[in-house]
Amino acid sequence: MMARVAAALVSGLLFGLGLAVSQMVNPAKVLGFLDIAGPWDPSLALVLAAAAGVALIGYRAVLSRPKPALAPAFSLAQETGIDAKLVIGAALFGIGWGLAGLDPGPAFASLVFGQSESLFFLGTMGLGLHLARRMN
Amino acid sequence: MENFTPLSALAGGALMGLGAVVLLGLTGRIAGISGIIAGLLPTGRGEVLWRLAFLVGLVGGAAIYRTLGGPLQAIQFSMSTFMIVLGGLLVGFGAGLGGGCTAGHGVCGVARVSKRSLSAVAVFILTAGLTVFLIRHALWGG
Repeated sequence: MMARVAAALVSGLLFGLGLAVSQMVNPAKVLGFLDIAGPWDPSLALVLAAAAGVALIGYRAVLSRPKPALAPAFSLAQETGIDAKLVIGAALFGIGWGLAGLDPGPAFASLVFGQSESLFFLGTMGLGLHLARRMN
Repeated sequence: MENFTPLSALAGGALMGLGAVVLLGLTGRIAGISGIIAGLLPTGRGEVLWRLAFLVGLVGGAAIYRTLGGPLQAIQFSMSTFMIVLGGLLVGFGAGLGGGCTAGHGVCGVARVSKRSLSAVAVFILTAGLTVFLIRHALWGG
């Protein structure tokens, strides 16, 4: 139990460090990628590619084992096909991402920079998440 | 492309990928931030400690970077508070409905070559790009 909590802490540390190193905690950097008609900054695409690439290789190695090191089984989402909820949810998510330049991970990590905007965003994000969960 | 920072983007992305592998390999969990947060809300289903530990780490990782004097020492919010509040609501609701965020779908789902996640990423990058285009170049005339 405590080992699993420690593992989650280490994973979070790596994730938070990665978000800061790649500057994805900075809404201006994210919007520089999303604004293709402005002075375009492709950095975010490389962040996603590197993260997904490392995870792709690592996941293959990990999932070739019968179970995770510290838990009885893997908790993975089932591939249930593409439905309206997925598409509408992703579309709304993108609009919000474009409006604020923040998404859940960077919003949390951005708390370190001490700006009240991060808290406003996290507050309404939690509310939105809660509302969607209640509908489901 | 004067703002392009390919090396720090690749290095930071690799760290995030490593974090996702550590979480799955040790605890069997997907490093989807919105999913981890959702588990802590009143509608969540327990397992609070590891979720809190991950979020503490998320903030702690950025704090370590800042303490060690990483190049990024300030972040910029150029948009109004109204847009931030509305953006948060849409991001939260959308992630809840669509089953994931940039990390869950964009990193972990893509790494599993999930058709659902690849579709979600295509859709949210498209609507985010359109939103920014409308705000910066169409509505307020650039």
